[in-house]
Amino acid sequence: MHTSLLLEMAAETFPDRLAVGHLSEGVSYAELAARARAGGVWLGGLGEGTIVFVGQNSVAAPTAIFASAEVGRPFAPLNYRLADADLRRLLGRTAPSVAIVDDDMVHRVSGVDGVVIVTRSAFEAACVDPVNRAAEKPVVDVDIAVLLFTSGTTGEPKAAVLRHRHLASYVISTVEFMHADEEEAALVSVPPYHIAGIAATLTAVYAGRRNVFLPAFSPEAWVDTAAAEKVTHAMLVPTMLGRVLPILQARGEKLPHLRALSYGGGRMPASVIEHAMRLLPNVDFANGYGLTETSSTIAVLGPEDHRAAIQSSDPHVRRRLGSVGKPLPSLELEIRMPDGALAPIGTSGEVYVRGEQIAGEYLGKSVIDGDGWFATNDAGWMDDEGYLFVEGRLDDVIVRGGENISPGEVEDVLRTHPHVADVAVFGLPDDQWGEKVAAVVVAKDGAPTTADLAEWVKAKLRSTKTPETWEFRGELPYNDTGKLLRRVLKQELSANKA
Amino acid sequence: MEMKPGSRWASAVCDAEVVVVRPPKSGGDLACGGHAVVAHGGAKPDVARLDTAQDPAPLVGKRYVDADSGLEVLCVKAGKGALSLDGRPLALKEAKALPASD
Repeated sequence: MHTSLLLEMAAETFPDRLAVGHLSEGVSYAELAARARAGGVWLGGLGEGTIVFVGQNSVAAPTAIFASAEVGRPFAPLNYRLADADLRRLLGRTAPSVAIVDDDMVHRVSGVDGVVIVTRSAFEAACVDPVNRAAEKPVVDVDIAVLLFTSGTTGEPKAAVLRHRHLASYVISTVEFMHADEEEAALVSVPPYHIAGIAATLTAVYAGRRNVFLPAFSPEAWVDTAAAEKVTHAMLVPTMLGRVLPILQARGEKLPHLRALSYGGGRMPASVIEHAMRLLPNVDFANGYGLTETSSTIAVLGPEDHRAAIQSSDPHVRRRLGSVGKPLPSLELEIRMPDGALAPIGTSGEVYVRGEQIAGEYLGKSVIDGDGWFATNDAGWMDDEGYLFVEGRLDDVIVRGGENISPGEVEDVLRTHPHVADVAVFGLPDDQWGEKVAAVVVAKDGAPTTADLAEWVKAKLRSTKTPETWEFRGELPYNDTGKLLRRVLKQELSANKA
Repeated sequence: MEMKPGSRWASAVCDAEVVVVRPPKSGGDLACGGHAVVAHGGAKPDVARLDTAQDPAPLVGKRYVDADSGLEVLCVKAGKGALSLDGRPLALKEAKALPASD
């Protein structure tokens, strides 16, 4: 099934409903479909190959996603925040291609071999040009929908392949067609080159929910836009939510229209989600866990799970606030031990997943095994009621004397210390234990001693989880989607020692 | 008829259109309103159009399944004729609502 069909269905069912954009200048489903078609025909005539998108979030992003689908071209959004040399190298890898580039970014990418550059404003004009609107659409049968360069922390980014059938399957199995009411609007603040941005476009079109785009995230702009646009739904990565909450609090802003807030793309510190639920008691919170290679969400911790967990005095139930909920009913999920056997309940292993939305493919190479399973490279475990707890990337999990230690768990505890602004926990090689726990801390409001911090962890967790190596720094390395780059610190501290 | 995943079919007797989400394990003939469906974009046979809606009439965005063969189709255009496979009526697939997570 093709993703362009999702828009076609929406445009036929609710042609006049607003699909994307601000209340004052929104674009209807019928108009979005017409633009996508005209824009696709125009792009298709400019050159062969992939359609690349280099730009901030705007109505042009979903238009380009559907325009590419209309003419059967893969859509490849690139990370415009990369350094020029890296961005140009990635762009070169998409050739032959036609690239839609924000007007003020054109100078950064011109002159790459095999890439035809058009400005975003030229694309937008082409989408409303009557000549393109009247043009016959070529018949196409190409099934790569999206190429996403995964934000690797080491080496060259890999191009993840998502085919139309994976994305369409994800949408129709998780979203009820046109179930949104006309007032619903979702604020998209993840960048267009993030899987959540692609999924947000497709699911919102199918649900009938207007998408509003934040060109670039800042907590102030997010709050302003959410209030002005009467936003009802939004997805944030945990670091974004952590920055939004103090602004809401300082302004006394209650966001009365906001109904649902979802988060994902990284571990949510318990202190942040608890604060958010206190501050926004009427909002439904959902935690979505997924990967680029799985067409977004594969497990969800829903609003009822959140409320049950936070209200419970049973620590077993309460800790589910830190889980990613249960796997989607449309797919299978297993935890496997290193020897391939299924992990018992409560035992950590690698998360495997199988289902129609699972792409598990990089350009030139599928990594789905013969039985259809995809290894996520995430470590996790399941409790007795099927709630999934993700501990982080397998490479990040610390194995100390045979015990698996989740860096996120130790970080969460340290973040609640009054003199800790930020912290990264990771493993360093150790002769006696295999690995030992190390922490790099950004201090605030004074200088905590390492003895203080060690005591803080020991009191709340246990001594085996207490960092043995400490370092203080002014800031920590993050990638542009807010993921902490533990590996960078691990390499630096390993090198220092050697 | 070969019902490949993603293939699109149109009713001969009404406006209904469906896309195959999951093909039947062993072939079969998909019908709408008692008449075999035709490939989308193809010519429709000369049969009488349905005047009144049957029960259940296909609704856009709903999925319909045949438990015996595993066939699942998504209705992409509403119509009046009920869907069937080899004479067995397709059942509406009840979807569990999931919270928005993107």
